[in-house]
Amino acid sequence: MLRVLAMFSARRRLDLVAQALAVGFAAWLLYVLFMWAFGPGAAERFRFLRDETGYDIIQHLVPYTEQSTHARALLVGVLNTLLVAVLGIILATILGFTIGIGSVSGNWLVAKLCEAYVETVRNVPVLLQLFFWYFAALRAVPGPRESWSLFDSIFLNNRGLYVPSLTPQDGAGLVGLAALAAIALWIALSRWAHDRRMATGQGFPAFWVGAGLFLGLPALAALATGLPFTPSFPSLQGFNFEGGLVILPELIALVLALSVYAAAYIAETVRAGIEGVQRGQVEAAQAIGLTRAQTLRLVVVPQALRIIIPPLTSQYMNLTKNSSLATAIAYPDLVSVFAGTSLNQTGREIEIIVITMAIYLTLSLLTSLVMNWYNARIALTGAR
Amino acid sequence: MKRFWTALAFGFAASAFALTPAMAASATLAKVKANKLLRCGVSEGLPGFSNPDKTGNWMGIDVDVCRAIAAAILNDAKAVRFIPLSAKVRFTSLQAGEFDVLSRNTTITMSRDVQLGLQFTGVTYYDGQGFMVPKKLNVTSAKQLNGASVCTQTGTTTELNLADYFRANKLQYKVIAFEKDDEVTAAYDAGRCDVLTTDQSGLYAQRLQLKAPADHIILPEIISKEPLGPAVNAGDPAWEDLVRWVLHAMINAEELGVTSKNVDQMLKSENPEIRRLLGVEGSFGESLGLTKDWAQRIIRQVGNYGESFERNVGQGSPLKIKRGQNALWTQGGLQYGLPIR
Ligand SMILES: N[C@@H](CCC(=O)N[C@@H](CS)C(=O)NCC(=O)O)C(=O)O
Repeated sequence: MLRVLAMFSARRRLDLVAQALAVGFAAWLLYVLFMWAFGPGAAERFRFLRDETGYDIIQHLVPYTEQSTHARALLVGVLNTLLVAVLGIILATILGFTIGIGSVSGNWLVAKLCEAYVETVRNVPVLLQLFFWYFAALRAVPGPRESWSLFDSIFLNNRGLYVPSLTPQDGAGLVGLAALAAIALWIALSRWAHDRRMATGQGFPAFWVGAGLFLGLPALAALATGLPFTPSFPSLQGFNFEGGLVILPELIALVLALSVYAAAYIAETVRAGIEGVQRGQVEAAQAIGLTRAQTLRLVVVPQALRIIIPPLTSQYMNLTKNSSLATAIAYPDLVSVFAGTSLNQTGREIEIIVITMAIYLTLSLLTSLVMNWYNARIALTGAR
Repeated sequence: MKRFWTALAFGFAASAFALTPAMAASATLAKVKANKLLRCGVSEGLPGFSNPDKTGNWMGIDVDVCRAIAAAILNDAKAVRFIPLSAKVRFTSLQAGEFDVLSRNTTITMSRDVQLGLQFTGVTYYDGQGFMVPKKLNVTSAKQLNGASVCTQTGTTTELNLADYFRANKLQYKVIAFEKDDEVTAAYDAGRCDVLTTDQSGLYAQRLQLKAPADHIILPEIISKEPLGPAVNAGDPAWEDLVRWVLHAMINAEELGVTSKNVDQMLKSENPEIRRLLGVEGSFGESLGLTKDWAQRIIRQVGNYGESFERNVGQGSPLKIKRGQNALWTQGGLQYGLPIR
């Protein structure tokens, strides 16, 4: 051992020892955590997960009642968090890119408006914005008995947005399969269109054709199987509307607050990314006769993306983690349900907090994995 | 032989210590005395129980328990630091030792007592869960609440009772659970839910905070038992005893007719129970690690149980709650001072 060490310089030796210590410490930590989670006594420690919760959750994407277990409540919480995160990320991206591009557009007024948006939104704490959206929205809309309605089938009141829904019957699986097939075709189509443009320079409206497939194929399948859905319309029954699908005010407020906030940061990232693309690129694009929109879509944005993606990733993670503000407005997310109510009913603090942390960590790692993969992909396209 | 005698003497001394655990000194008491300050966990503002007035002075029946403890130990009912806690964080903060006693409208339940490593020391207020609804809904009984949206606070017994009640009565409901009380009230006031549910005393208090209190009624049904009382960390039994007997001193004082006004005359009383309570006879104060006149100081500075009740939640307060279950056992209520002897 010493002989081996002697082969290295003094500095290198110090490095090695430090690294060995760090690795040893990490391994020890992992071991302790592993033994705690799976070793002797763990079954007893986590038995509460199989106990009945005794409380109800207003929004659950999987079946849930008061007689469900805490493990089920955990799943409900995770899915509710994911729902907010995914919706928030989509909305924040659309909003952020629009505003970011707006702020570098030649139009003075648009640029100033975008700047004003970024400055206001970034300088107000997100919790305050959340309360603003929630209570402002609640006060702006009427109660259930005076709901605003559209065609007598869509209703808006301070209990939520009620829309008609379809309950799948036998044979609905085929429609789902058709939708999946359409997505696969869409992806294949855009690949083919891309390769063709690279080879021949000819464009193909892959987006529109793909979107058509995505709507058309499932519709055809539904017709072929004799419409295997029963529609359900919301109607006022006693205190509230029953039937159909309800989008809770808490969900709307949370998604709005989180995405409006994240969009301000994304807009700044996008602006920086676009400004980072060399001016010569734009001039060259215009010289070969591309329109402004084409220049942006085909030349500027693809190059800017390489600068944008890494900071964008951390914005996505921030949004996901900020979704835990849900507790403040009673949206039943992971923290509110599992690390809130379940924790209080069972008193298993350490177990519940460790599980919750592990889930947020996994979500963050997954986000960063997907974004890194995407980053690598667009980097490669450039190098080709 | 000399060794033998020494060993025997040590043995006796040791067993004498072992046999008198009640004399074990309380670490918490020592700390309170050294800091000249009691730290007391309360709500974030529930009128009648624990609520700061306009000048930031905490008031309420739960607050009085802490003031009485401070009066007994430090002869200063003001030597208390109040730490406001949401329902959700109260037990964690107590376990972490952030304060000495939790006096925050907390229901005694078996799971809290057995699983959370804390000890409840008595009942300050016998309560039960109720419902509040806007008058315009024309609801007169909880049985009519099928399909209603209900606002409540997380981390409470309220959440669980609600589920039980609706399930037992085969009623549908939707629960909207907030972390903070202010948010529950604001959401109810904004029409997010048809019903607000919590301990009935809390309903009276929260109704006062609505925009138009007169537009809301409290339904007659009481759906649970909510005995509210102070709690301390397990592991300091002498401290637990002290907190328990402070409350019972207040109840005993009411039973015996000793008030903040007449306590000085009562010192001359011939009644042995009064003499023991006020420390004229016996050494009950000393057994708690205090002085003889511990209860005198409580009664002089805070008052007896009835005085505290009327001032904070009863006729002397905006809540105007009747004594009901909280009357003395001699008057048909449940409050019963354990004998000091
Ligand atoms: N007694 C019940 C409920 C206690 C509770 O938190 N009640 C609410 C509503 S009355 C409250 O005290 N809110 C005041 C606050 O959160 O500061 C329990 O111990 O779980």
